[in-house]
Amino acid sequence: MNKLNKIFKEKKNRISSLFFTAGFPSLDSTIPILKTLEKEKIDFVEVGMPYSDPMADGETIQNSSKIALENGMNLDILFFQLEKAKDEISIPMVLMGYLNQVLKYGVDKFCERCKASGIETMILPDLPIFEYENFYKEKFEKYGIQSVFLITPQTSEERIRKIDALSETFIYVVASASITGVKSEISEKQIAYFNRIKEMKLKNPTMIGFGISNKETFDTACEYANGAIIGSAFIKMISESKDYLKEISNWNFTN
Amino acid sequence: MKYKVDKNGYYGEFGGAFIPELLYPNIEELALNYERIISSETFQKKYIQLLKDYVGRPTPLYFAKRLSEKYHVPIYLKREDLNHTGAHKINNTIGQILIAKHLGKKRIIAETGAGQHGVATATVCALMNLECVVYMGAVDIERQAPNVARMKMLGATVIPAKSGSQTLKDATNEAIRDWIGNPEDTYYLIGSVVGPHPYPDMVAKLQSVISEEIKAQLLEKTGTEFPTKIIACVGGGSNAAGAFYHFLENKNVELIAVEAAGKGIETKETAATSQIGDMGILHGSKTLLMQDEFGQVIEPYSISAGLDYPGVGPLHAHLFQSKRATFLNATDTEALEAALELTRLEGIIPALESAHALAVLSKINFKKDDVVVLNLSGRGDKDLATYQKYLEHEQAK
Repeated sequence: MNKLNKIFKEKKNRISSLFFTAGFPSLDSTIPILKTLEKEKIDFVEVGMPYSDPMADGETIQNSSKIALENGMNLDILFFQLEKAKDEISIPMVLMGYLNQVLKYGVDKFCERCKASGIETMILPDLPIFEYENFYKEKFEKYGIQSVFLITPQTSEERIRKIDALSETFIYVVASASITGVKSEISEKQIAYFNRIKEMKLKNPTMIGFGISNKETFDTACEYANGAIIGSAFIKMISESKDYLKEISNWNFTN
Repeated sequence: MKYKVDKNGYYGEFGGAFIPELLYPNIEELALNYERIISSETFQKKYIQLLKDYVGRPTPLYFAKRLSEKYHVPIYLKREDLNHTGAHKINNTIGQILIAKHLGKKRIIAETGAGQHGVATATVCALMNLECVVYMGAVDIERQAPNVARMKMLGATVIPAKSGSQTLKDATNEAIRDWIGNPEDTYYLIGSVVGPHPYPDMVAKLQSVISEEIKAQLLEKTGTEFPTKIIACVGGGSNAAGAFYHFLENKNVELIAVEAAGKGIETKETAATSQIGDMGILHGSKTLLMQDEFGQVIEPYSISAGLDYPGVGPLHAHLFQSKRATFLNATDTEALEAALELTRLEGIIPALESAHALAVLSKINFKKDDVVVLNLSGRGDKDLATYQKYLEHEQAK
């Protein structure tokens, strides 16, 4: 059982997760941010691998990726930082990025470095389940790496069932048809969709993300899923703050 | 060897649909329906009629006498520059707008580089009374001002893409993001043989009218349907796909794809993907891609906005890898020289994109019995400012 499975087993609701981009705001900020989030008892984090062409991301994450790349962040450096800090960090991490980064790095090499860094879960939004099943599943599993898939308001019930059967960690419920960091309130239409998912009684826990930005939206999301993920709003906070580690400590959206 | 798409949307190793789940329903809807719609009698009737009466097809296959004399080989120009809106792009937009209508979509989005596809999309949207939003790199908006003005006059909203290199690649990213946010009423009208399956195949099919006509016209002029060489420029590769399509399975026809070398393939400022790229994923398709060792997309460079793209369509990646097509390239300067040459020899001002295809005529050792067809994909009106600058520069020498 991986670290994330354990969390979902022990905690059934209000599971908190934050997304941020590795190498943003500075090349060496990734480990301090992870340590701060662990100290603040965030349940797990998603670490974004900065990419030049993040097609599912809005402006905030695009900008953070651009800055991270300008800072010199790359997969070699990220894995080096994570491996070095491995014994000091126990918060579960999910690596998030685009398939081309994994392909170019080499699927085996990528999985080996994940394993050495203590990473057991990955989200690659542009890896569709057809490709995953046919070409990647076996390889990822060989290294003990689990994939998380997204569902959206447009995903059919049949396909959600299929994704549920393929998933072993959690299902990422995209809150609305949008790229990251766009919507700020949760509409009735979204509530109906969350309810629809809830009533499907999936075998996997669910986490709601995209458009979750503060305590209010986090609370609402947690009524319908096991937890929620904040991304763009967290990155905005980091970029607007002079002392972001302190601000992270002071930011309380879970209580 | 098969050169057309397989049932999973692949050309050999290339192609597929690497899209976020958010786009799955849209792509699935299209993948399940496009072949049926295109082959239906209603579609064919409307499509053929519009191509004839509105676009002005068939475009002539013109025997370029003086150009032929210069290169000692018979050269036929397929005059896609004479299409309504000035390039081959409208063959595709006419077809896709009929598909969008069939699917009941209300809003059309598109990306554009040189602005030719943007204009062709804005044109068919005006014709069909549909809302039109065109994403265009901020840099391209600067260098292709006449086409921006045309799109606006046609009623389209032009949104500058300000991320990355602010060119075609970034305009495509922005269009994809728009589609993610508007999955129900919006149709993404892609302008080239790129993007997730079924786009590369759908666009190739809609452009295949070019090679269909070439066959009939060449038969009439020379007594054979088959040239020995077909030359076309490749950015994403839609005009080349159309010009090659009906010759793909005939190995006696050499397919010559011409990429933009920019300032030279040995420099970093180039868009010759096949020469410096390798396998990767771009805009939802596994293809050849200009990228660094970590898979970050390298920003391309070419004087020609329509060829300024860091990838090629998956069909072309397959043609390159299987050696079915010969990939050549031409620099900015070579393209400018070739444009001037065609203008002075034949009285035809070509688009900068098409000028890249013309530029390889001087690089090929033609055989005695060669018959060459060159796809003149567009006209040069939009490039006059660039040409003027080049002429002034030449005169100052």
